[in-house]
Order: sequence, then structure tokens, then C-alpha cells
Amino acid sequence: MICREAGQQEGKRKSSGHIQRLLSNRLTSLIFQIEMEHVSFPALSRVAICGGTHGNELSGVYMVREMQKRQADKVGSASITTVLANPKAVDVCRRYIERDLNRCFTDALLSAPITDSTPYELRRAQELNAQLGPIGSQEAMDLVCDLHNTTSNMGLCLIFYSLDWISLHIYKYIQSKITSAPVRALQLDLPLSEVFSLESVGKHGFAVEVGPQPHGVVRADIFNLMKEAVELITDWIQKFNSGCTFEGGEVEAYNYVKIIDYPRDPITHEITAAIHPHLQDNDFSLLRTGDPMFQSFLGETVTYEGEELYPFFVNECAYYEKNIAFHLSRKTTFSIPSISVKE
Amino acid sequence: MCEVEIFLGFKTAPCSCRQTRKVSQMEVEEVVCLPRLSRVAVCGGTHGNELSGVYLVRELLKMEKMVKEDEEEGSVSVLKVLSNPRAIQQCRRYFEIDLNRSFTQATLNDPVSETTPYEIIRSQELNCMLGPKGCPEAVDLVCDLHNTTANMGLCLIAYSDCDWICMHIFRHLQRKMTDTAVRFIHLDLPPKEAYSLDSVGKHGIAMEIGPQPHGVVRSNIYTTMKAGVQHVLDWVRSFNSGNVFEGGPVEVYTLVKNVDYPRDSETHSITAAIHPELQDKDFCLLHPGDPLFQTFSEETVRYKGNEPLYPFFINECAYYEKCIALSLARKRSVRIPPIQVQTEGEHQQNRWRVKSREE
Repeated sequence: MICREAGQQEGKRKSSGHIQRLLSNRLTSLIFQIEMEHVSFPALSRVAICGGTHGNELSGVYMVREMQKRQADKVGSASITTVLANPKAVDVCRRYIERDLNRCFTDALLSAPITDSTPYELRRAQELNAQLGPIGSQEAMDLVCDLHNTTSNMGLCLIFYSLDWISLHIYKYIQSKITSAPVRALQLDLPLSEVFSLESVGKHGFAVEVGPQPHGVVRADIFNLMKEAVELITDWIQKFNSGCTFEGGEVEAYNYVKIIDYPRDPITHEITAAIHPHLQDNDFSLLRTGDPMFQSFLGETVTYEGEELYPFFVNECAYYEKNIAFHLSRKTTFSIPSISVKE
Repeated sequence: MCEVEIFLGFKTAPCSCRQTRKVSQMEVEEVVCLPRLSRVAVCGGTHGNELSGVYLVRELLKMEKMVKEDEEEGSVSVLKVLSNPRAIQQCRRYFEIDLNRSFTQATLNDPVSETTPYEIIRSQELNCMLGPKGCPEAVDLVCDLHNTTANMGLCLIAYSDCDWICMHIFRHLQRKMTDTAVRFIHLDLPPKEAYSLDSVGKHGIAMEIGPQPHGVVRSNIYTTMKAGVQHVLDWVRSFNSGNVFEGGPVEVYTLVKNVDYPRDSETHSITAAIHPELQDKDFCLLHPGDPLFQTFSEETVRYKGNEPLYPFFINECAYYEKCIALSLARKRSVRIPPIQVQTEGEHQQNRWRVKSREE
């Protein structure tokens, strides 16, 4: 089956990856009911766990610090690199200093020349690309996990760009083990040339998003959930590298469709409504035409009109400035093949 | 401040007249008469990322442009203030220093220079606008709107536990807002040391509502704050109209101490989070031996105090940098007297009384 790794060891990320994605998308519907052939992957020898990509998303910050204290740099045959992605933002407990680091990993920004006026985060993205990448090259980390928090009631989500079997098997494994919170997979359908976030630097990668937690706060329950997820990830890697076969099957994922912004004042651009109480904290509950969406500051209800879709990132703090009140997605079920490490 | 003049077991405010009011055959309660509250300030955005107050004050300002000033009996002039515009614009708590720690008498009297932080310049501006603190020109009541990440419901926070105006407002909110946990927090500080915006008025309360992440508006929290402010203003109008407000007992939480997180001795980083059994349990009695913190390696740190106390501001985001994981309070019952607005004659009489006392 087509994935980023199988049969494609060399070549620029842009061309081979892009073709793979096109084929992958077209074949997805065809493979829906077909029993898939087993796929082998090279061992995941080099893994990166990143926290503090947003300096005020504290579970990841303290997770990375804890791993560094314990000198957790090996799991089985794999080496683990722990990284505080945005140390300046972590120091001041803010999302970023000048620009959102997690939007700085596009091809264009990674290859832009550095000058005196280059924002801190662009420089940092290029440093991280050198350390964990370069993107699309043989030297890149086999797997990058980037740890995040959200103010939305999203439980535990794994977020990735493409239907990558490694990431999807890790998701399936975590979901089968964690019972204290819902575990979901979110797929953002973007062409590889437009991917913008840190985990795209590795050969495989995904973000681990846990909420709800206010930014700048550590909640023990949320930290413990993230810790459990990271332990399961390293567990899976160890099993995979030692030769376990992970059976295929069906997985459910939410595919990003679109975003919805807040109602805004046409002159000041200030928001004029908040997420409606019926929608607040109801991430992944189906939103139908006629359902309440916003409540204005005068108490009026604004209802949703459109295709029945699943909302997520409902009332995420950091997205007010990005003009996003919530995202909408479709739920899809698809087959994944069994996988094991290449001998 | 209150004169500690014990009369039939009540503390009385200065310059008040007294009327006798029969409560029962066993007991006669003195009605305390207090000056009318002609000017009230409703302030939001004292912390720029505590958004309920920001949006509520913006809405009140919008409505002010559309609606004629209320001229009925008992009317009150309501000033709406966005306290920290720069911080609001950036959606941050403050620009240089915490505005809501910049209202001590010393800070308000500090000479301004080129290096004076923005918030001190602003606190002095607000003191001119709403004060001056301690002077007869000050607004009668400051109601300063805040949010917290702690699960505190609605709290009114004040420096005195014998400011009958504030305590009657509290009791009124408690009676009217039956779906909300409403509590009164008493910070035992003399006026000169009172450091927050609400201390600028003759009477002042901070209205603190949570839980809400900073930088986020939650509908339910906004609605609660809107209702809270409306009830405060309704009470003020009712008071100004001459209604008598019955006395009775109210529960008060008085701050005893703050507790910091366990920290790394070298880096000063926190090494534990609030324990899951304490998280969100504001105002649930904490006993010695109860879990307090959980380290990042999952060990439990327990409360070692001598007495059970009531925790609040548990895991408030803004307090990490102030080295506060939670605050602890004692709960007690305070008897508040019946109160009524002074008549104009009584008011004049008291003004002469104050003048002669000063002379």
C-alpha cells in the first residue's frame, strides 16, 4: 500500500510525496472494503518528543522537562530526543514571541534566507528543521510527536496530515488502551507543500492535542493523560521495532472540512457573540442545521446552517486571532493494513 | 472606614443616624442609615485577558449610546470603564505590571517619570477619574469585573467585613442568583494597603467569576456576570429609593494565607500540579493530611496545616508568577444590620458633624 515510506527511500519530498498523496486519496475509497496487503516499514530508530511549541501549553513543557530529568533517551533500540521547541515563549509563558512557531514549517518559510529582521520563530523553525530534519531527507527523524494543549473539550486527539499507517496504528493502539478519556484521530487534508507544523519535519509525525486546559495552567488530570499517551507511544515503538505485527482493521477519523468564524462587528472587527451554551464543550457532537451555534452578547441565538458535520476546537483561545470559532469535520471509517518492521 | 462602636452588638458606620426597628419582642434592631449611592463605576478589562468584563463593559457602553439615562427616583449614574486598554488590545493580563496591584496609597502618590510603567500612569488616571481614593469626591461604589481559571462560581471580594453596603449587595446577589454559587471573600487589609481598583471608591467590590480560561469568552460565564452586574445596579436603585434592607447573618470567607507550588530549588520551576482530588474543589474544606499536589512523577504532597481551611483560587493561571497555588480561608458568620438610605436632612446633619470633628 502506498504510504510515505514503502518503496520510496529517496527523492525530494515534494514530488514523490505529492504523487503518493494523490494516489492515496484516490485509492482510499477503493480500498474501503478490500482486505489490504501487509506493509513493512523500516525500524523507527530515531524519535523526537517535542513540547512547548506553544509556550503556554504546559502539559508538553512539563512532560519534556520530566523526560529530560529522567534522562529518558532510549526505548528499546530507538533513541528518543526530547525538545522544548520554543524556549523563549516557554520562558514568558506565551504562545509565541513574534509569530506562531507551529505555522513556520512550510517549504517556503524553511528555505527563506535569514536576515536581521527575521522573526525569532522563523529562525527557530529553521534550527528545528536542521536538528530534526531536514524535511523530506533521509536524515530526518523517523517519528516526531508534538505535544499540545487546547482550551476545547477535545479529550485526546492525534492530528496528522495524511493517511500514514504508522501514525494510524499508533492511534489505534492508544485508543485501545486509554479508557479515561475519548481518543480520536483528526486528519487535516493539505498538500505536502502547504503543511506548516513541526511534526511534518519527521518521516512520520503527528501532534498529540489534549484538552480542556486553560493556557498557562497545568491540570494534573490532563498532564497524566498526556503522560499516558506518550508512554503508550514509546511502548508501541518498542514493540514495533522488536518485530511485532500490528493487525489491520478499521479506524474512524475526522476529516477537516472548514472553519467557522465568530460574528464580528463590521467596523471594530470585535466578536459580537460567544459560542452558544449548547455547543460549548460539545466537540465531536454532530452539528445539524438549526442547532444553536452562537449566543450574542445581547442574548440572541445564531443557528448553524449547512451540512451535518462534527465540530472540534470549539472555543480554542488561540484561534480568536486566527478568526476561528470552531472547525468542522466529516467522520470517515477506513481500513488500515497490518504492519510490521522490515527485516 | 467603620467606627468600631458597639451598639446592641453591631458595628456602626460613621456619620450614620439610627432608627429603631422592632424585629421581635426579644430584640430591637437599629437600622443603620447610610448616604445614597449616586455614582457607581462598573470596570472591566482591569486584566486585559479576563474577557467577560471586557465584553460586558463594551455592551454597556454601546447601550448607553442608544438608551436615555434613567431619571426615576433612586436613579444612579453609572460610569462604565475599560480599565487597561493596552492590555485589552493585546489580550494580555497587563502590559508592564499588574494594574490591579497598583492602587496602594503609596503607588497612587508616586511621582511620574519617563520610566514609570504604563499601569502606574493608568492607575493614577483611574484614581483621578473615579477617586481620589479616600476623598469625598470618590465614586460611591466601584464594581470591578474579573474572571478566574479557578472553579469559584461568583465571588464578591472586598477588604472589609463591616462595609454594610457591600455585604447587603452580596446577600442580594445570593438570594437572586439561585443557580450560581455566590460567596463573599474578605481580604483583611487597611485602606492604605488596599492595592486593587475597587479600593478607589467609597465602597468597592471585585466581582470574580470562574472557571473561564483567560483569553476565552464562555457564554454561561458572561451571562452570569451580566446578571450579577444587573442585580448590583438594581440593588443600588432600590437602596437609593429608600427601601429598608433587613439584617441577618451572612457567611464570609476571610483570607488566612496563600500556599505556593513545590518548586525546584535551582530553576524555581514548579515540580507538581494541584492534586486531582483538590482541582476544581474551591470552597470544599481542606483537612490536614488531604492531598494538595501531585508531582510530575506522580507522588502526592499533602496539606500539613494545623487547621482545616477553605481553599479558593485553586490553580489560578495568573498566580503561578505570584507564587500562589491556592489561597486558604476561614469561614465565619457575620451579622449585618438592617440598612436604609439617609434622608437629605440626615445627610446634611452628618456633613456638619464630620466638619466639626475635623475642626
